[in-house]
Amino acid sequence: MAFQSSEQASAYWRENVSLMLKLLAIWFAVSFGAGILFVDVLNAVQFFGFKLGFWFAQQGSIYVFVLLIFVYVVKMNQLDQKYNVHEE
Amino acid sequence: MDLQTLTYIIVGATFLLYIGIAVWARAGSTHEFYVAGGGVSPLANGMATAADWMSAASFISMAGLISFMGYDGSVYLMGWTGGYVLLALCLAPYLRKFGKFTVPDFIGDRYYSQTARTVAVVCAILVSFVYVAGQMRGVGVVFSRFLEVDIETGVVVGMAVVFFYAVLGGMKGITYTQVAQYCVLIFAYLVPAIFISLMITGNPIPQFGFGSTIEGTDTYLLDKLDGLSTELGFALYTDGTKSMMDVFAITAALMVGTAGLPHVIVRFFTVPRVKDARISAGWALIFIMILYTTAPSIGAFARYNMINTLNGPDHQGTLVSEAPQWVKNWEKTGLIKHEDKNGDGRMFYSGDARNEMTIDRDIMVLANPEIAQLPNWVIALVAAGAIAAALSTAAGLLLVISTSISHDLLKRNLMPNISDKMELRYARGAAAVAIMVAGYLGINPPGFVAEVVAFAFGLAAASFFPAIILGIFYKKMNKEGAVAGMLAGMVFTIGYIVYFKGIFITPMAANVPANWFLGISPEGIGTVGMLVNFIVAFAVSKVTKEVPAEVQDIVESIRFPKGAGAASTH
Repeated sequence: MAFQSSEQASAYWRENVSLMLKLLAIWFAVSFGAGILFVDVLNAVQFFGFKLGFWFAQQGSIYVFVLLIFVYVVKMNQLDQKYNVHEE
Repeated sequence: MDLQTLTYIIVGATFLLYIGIAVWARAGSTHEFYVAGGGVSPLANGMATAADWMSAASFISMAGLISFMGYDGSVYLMGWTGGYVLLALCLAPYLRKFGKFTVPDFIGDRYYSQTARTVAVVCAILVSFVYVAGQMRGVGVVFSRFLEVDIETGVVVGMAVVFFYAVLGGMKGITYTQVAQYCVLIFAYLVPAIFISLMITGNPIPQFGFGSTIEGTDTYLLDKLDGLSTELGFALYTDGTKSMMDVFAITAALMVGTAGLPHVIVRFFTVPRVKDARISAGWALIFIMILYTTAPSIGAFARYNMINTLNGPDHQGTLVSEAPQWVKNWEKTGLIKHEDKNGDGRMFYSGDARNEMTIDRDIMVLANPEIAQLPNWVIALVAAGAIAAALSTAAGLLLVISTSISHDLLKRNLMPNISDKMELRYARGAAAVAIMVAGYLGINPPGFVAEVVAFAFGLAAASFFPAIILGIFYKKMNKEGAVAGMLAGMVFTIGYIVYFKGIFITPMAANVPANWFLGISPEGIGTVGMLVNFIVAFAVSKVTKEVPAEVQDIVESIRFPKGAGAASTH
């Protein structure tokens, strides 16, 4: 066991899962939310030459996906350091 | 120089490059053959993953599909990128820490069961063969149009090149070749897109041109397309015709299917550390994003260009005698057809009774440079890019098939005592046989290749994804639950698709929205199959024996990065 105690292990896991769920909530909101479920509402808004909902479905959601992965990488590296479970 | 000579030179040069890399990166052990020695840098791995992922379908078909589907085409854009978020956050790091070679390895060990391993192997092979047949076909189509050889010859040449570097180099050869193939394909995709964006909107960046006004007017491109669509009897370009439920289900099935595809997951076993597995998913998605945000722009430009050239500037139709060269070129291949219904000697394209054109969606990307009258070297480049996309994906899939046979079936199941050298020999043999079968399928495509693509994603979504997720996040999931879940998800998904699509049998009901379960098409049914898998797995695990303590310890140990060694057989 790399952790000092099982409390440490479950604390690390709790923080990891909570970060993951937060990011997945955003993932769901930009694609299934803005791009599909609320696309008609957002399409009433003009964003440059796009209807906003259409833009999320064909462009915006993909940019946000990339950001989410990089945020996850940075936060997880910090978390690994904090609990001293990072790799050499 | 004429187009054909140029195409031979450019395609030939890329082939030499791939073969040179293969010779340089020969594999000496199973460790190198299966996971490239586990020493690939995250950036290179991201690039290779992107090339592996972006197939002939992404390169050739997707922009064309979007061009004809408008908003409905978003299912492919979100579906085939969103899965990487799931991969990076929920799967890749843990599977890397687990440290084995294949997905069936994980399923078999985590669920301490040869049955689970066998179910996973069968799934992996099925999914990969379905996919690879389409790639070989793509190579054949490109060869036949641009090099004017028959599809058979094209497929054989493609097979020979893949054979060379996949059999020789295994994952190591494939990875570095894919890096080169990514560069070729992305360059080939962007150059015509930039040219066309400049021509139509005056903006060189296709992602911005997509939302700009048409050069010389105050009308936004998308508004113009909506206007043309209404006038010609199509659904609004920014609206589409699919129901919200169906768009939701298809997007979810493609996302989850992506995260469950074995040839994608295995890429994350090739990096040295857990940390690298996380970031290489990020790099992969950046490289994929470049193509996936360009595709819808190309779709819109191509639609605008096509309507204008076919119907003429006055929207009365173009005289057949004055038809542009690209129409004549593609008519020869049978992918564009004109039937002069009203006998006025003019071509007219619309979404209602006035329509006289039949246009194959697959030609949009390939014909786009011709439609926009770009120089010949751009057209030759697009041919090389399409071949790079098809070959890189085919190679990745062939590796999964050969690994499944030599490692999962032989080494871990039937003959556990074979030496590393023997196993490597079997892996090469299996790759060779797999290439033959793939080539045969490419030349004699079963009538249902297009249908079975939905099958591949649905199957991955309904089988692998839940089993892997539960294996990581739910310690109490036992082998009985996982196997029952995978079987239930698979049977449900296959049953639903066969019921409407009639693969091997005649369909039992018309494939129309009125007959669908909750309005979900066979393309999206993998989402429901996934839910069935989760529910059955939970229910069965509640009433069967608990997971052994040592397996629970394994699950504990994959949840943090420290101590991840190289991927290994034991």
